[in-house]
Amino acid sequence: MSNESNSRRNFLRGSAVAVGGLSLGFSLSGCSPSANSAELTADPQGLASDVSVWLSIDTSGIITVRVPSAEMGQGVNTSLPQLIAEELDADWSKVISETAPHTSDFVNPSTLSRGTGGSSAVRRWWPTLAKAGAAAKEMLMSAAAQRWDVPVSELSTLNSTVMHSASGRQAGYGELASAAGQLSIPENPVVKSPADYTLIGKPLKRLDSPAKVNGSTTYGIDIVVEGMSYATVAASPNFVGELISMSEADARAVNGVQDVIEMPASHYVNSGIQSIVAIPDTVAVVANSYWQAKKGLAALKPQFSDGGAAGVNNASLTAGFMAALDQEGVQVRNDGDISDSLSRAEKLLEAEYAVPFLAHLTMEPMNCTAHYQSDSVNGDRLEVWAPTQGQSHAVNVLQQAFGLQADQIRLHTTFMGGGFGRRFEADFVVQAAMISRAAKKPIKMVWSREEDLQHDYYRPASASRFQVGLNAEGLPVAWKNVMACPSVAQRNFSAAVVNGADPFSVEGAVNIPYAIENQLVTLKQHDTSIPVGSWRSVGSSHNGFYVESMMDEVAVAGNHDPFELRRKLLQHEPRFLIVLDQLEEKSGWKQAPAAGRFRGMAIHESFASIVGEVAEISIAENGAIKIHNMTCVIDCGKVVNPSIIETQLASAMIDGLTAALRGGIKIEEGRVVQSNFDTYKLMHMAEVPAMAIHIVDNDEAPGGIGEPAVPPSMPALTNAVFAATGRRVRSLPIEPSLA
Amino acid sequence: MNLTINNVVHEFEVDEDTPLLWVLRDTLGMTGTKFGCGVAQCGACSVLIDGQVQRSCSIPAAAVEGRDIKTIEGLSRDNSHPVQQAWIAEDVPQCGYCQSGQIIAAVALLEANPKPSDDEIDKSMTNICRCGSYSRIRKAIHRVANA
Ligand code: FES
Ligand code: FES
Repeated sequence: MSNESNSRRNFLRGSAVAVGGLSLGFSLSGCSPSANSAELTADPQGLASDVSVWLSIDTSGIITVRVPSAEMGQGVNTSLPQLIAEELDADWSKVISETAPHTSDFVNPSTLSRGTGGSSAVRRWWPTLAKAGAAAKEMLMSAAAQRWDVPVSELSTLNSTVMHSASGRQAGYGELASAAGQLSIPENPVVKSPADYTLIGKPLKRLDSPAKVNGSTTYGIDIVVEGMSYATVAASPNFVGELISMSEADARAVNGVQDVIEMPASHYVNSGIQSIVAIPDTVAVVANSYWQAKKGLAALKPQFSDGGAAGVNNASLTAGFMAALDQEGVQVRNDGDISDSLSRAEKLLEAEYAVPFLAHLTMEPMNCTAHYQSDSVNGDRLEVWAPTQGQSHAVNVLQQAFGLQADQIRLHTTFMGGGFGRRFEADFVVQAAMISRAAKKPIKMVWSREEDLQHDYYRPASASRFQVGLNAEGLPVAWKNVMACPSVAQRNFSAAVVNGADPFSVEGAVNIPYAIENQLVTLKQHDTSIPVGSWRSVGSSHNGFYVESMMDEVAVAGNHDPFELRRKLLQHEPRFLIVLDQLEEKSGWKQAPAAGRFRGMAIHESFASIVGEVAEISIAENGAIKIHNMTCVIDCGKVVNPSIIETQLASAMIDGLTAALRGGIKIEEGRVVQSNFDTYKLMHMAEVPAMAIHIVDNDEAPGGIGEPAVPPSMPALTNAVFAATGRRVRSLPIEPSLA
Repeated sequence: MNLTINNVVHEFEVDEDTPLLWVLRDTLGMTGTKFGCGVAQCGACSVLIDGQVQRSCSIPAAAVEGRDIKTIEGLSRDNSHPVQQAWIAEDVPQCGYCQSGQIIAAVALLEANPKPSDDEIDKSMTNICRCGSYSRIRKAIHRVANA
């Protein structure tokens, strides 16, 4: 993209809306055409300018912010409006937010695609939103200046009010909105300096809470479309087998069942982000209600062939990873001279680690509502209501699946009962649309929990082997890390794969922060029949565990306190040092824990945030682990909403601890054995440790908050297990009993 | 079939074996009660039946005819119920999907035990929150108890 078009990006435009008031939008049309421009010009709703509005202020002073990111629980419908409200000097009680419609005005101009992930929302949108808020404020001030015939320089703003202190006059934003909407939009609105922030950094209340405590929030599963029927599906349990038999008559005999629809395995490539959607052989039952569809599917008893996956089980998969460690991989980091440094080391440590596949298990199972209308004269139309994190991807894949142009598809983003990366995928969106086209009516497709757990895109299982050489001071001078991992990016973002190395597989391992002179890191891509995808913190979810466990081994072998060891190796990383200092202090690391209590620590950077954690545990007589408390310190740069940060860190730690304690997909005959929360257990209230969360306050660029507390939680726990038992946990989940 | 839900009598026809959850959601359009597992494991579908918390995915609607059924919609529309207020004050919901069930479970707990200890909260709050909002749920319950 040329500089010229860059400078024209994000230019603001605005207008008085029909009913009065001020509305502001951005146009991304200044972007030069590129291979992906279809995504940009895609304006599925063929919408006029009023739906490209990001920010509006009506005559009663209500400020509506349209949020480009998808609200999955991470708080974007609050944190992004907070950025606008700051610049606007808005009264927070007058701010409401909604998920923006899916039009070209809400795509990310740097990727030309719309999707939410990578803990990136605040980082991505802050400059844009700050500019919008600042522009609106300048327009409101200009309107007041004209009304009172005073220079703008004599005006100030506070709490949605423009004030002229010399004369004591003031006017609310609602009163001024219509006049402001007639003014031209400032080219270069001046944004605040952090010292002047009054809302950023405050724990403002979430804007989505009220509707979430009275049942009125509409999630994907709650969509109701006139005339719709319900569907539920069964996809090939081993992902590769074909439908070989079913009792269709029995299914149709179930009261309320309308249709049985076969959907052969299909495969689409989103050429924009080079992402493949592969849907296994699937059969759907359509009925008057979900319950009837579910009963119909039970009566249908679909049987699938083994597709060659019969021998796939956990033991064979693990053996495959271990064998892959012995095969030559791609070098992703090669500093110094690894062979020489290993051969000259005073002490050599060797260890092999492994982690299992993990499910996402969003609280709201996969679902989507679709209405496919065939029209041979005017062209077909497809409307979908999707709980999706990846709108552009979904639309792109739907285009290919049905041979439609973008403007024939209208996509509505609903609230989501969790995403965690699962809702990037477009499989469930395509399925719903296919069922609707075949059934010739609007369909709400809802997966059972069993289908959801057994047809995920799992966090990859992987293995990592280390050879670490220590010098006479017990410090690591040679670090060799050989990894075997299935590729996530190869399927869902192959544009990111460089020189045969999936960046997701190696993140958190290729970029360890420690000053170790000789480092060799290699990756052997090892794919299996189990589909893999992005799971909260992606590659760091395994590499954080591997690296920080190995560092604990180094500390023990070199006779260093784990904090001291890291300090010695992080002298060039002042932000890490601050996190270490605070973590050591807040966790009381230097004071011995109470009798029977043991601690472990870990620190990891991901998504531009540094997180350190200490776990304090005890082991019961029966060998069960009790996690008493977690101390967490994050440096995520400039803090926007500390309350939301706290919840995200707590949430991420619970995710990581649950995975370490008992996460892991069991595979037999190529299929997932667990079926529901009774066999794949999540953490309940009673098990959740006390959590002390501390945020380092600084003015650095903002980092992500949704994911970075996952990686250190697992090694903090397993390092504590080592402290308690002398047993090094090199494979997750931890054994249920350490007795 | 007749059900009394939030003090209103609803008359409708469904298959005899339809769980209360799907009557609420699909037949009556009361979608505040959520589907999470369908096997009485997660509590997203919790409702009050004669004041007791029950998992509506695993109770046939026919079994609760004539009983007093309360759902999240019946707590209050305007969030004036003290448990809803505490949930907002503590900013409990993340994705929010489990929260109807969590709130219903908390209402039942506080009804039976107006000042629950942490242990008692642990024992009776057994619903899953996949977002891990547990500490704030606990705080919100204490807030109601101490109001
Ligand atoms: S849906 Fe009823 S307990 Fe999970
Ligand atoms: S808030 Fe998301 S599951 Fe509880």
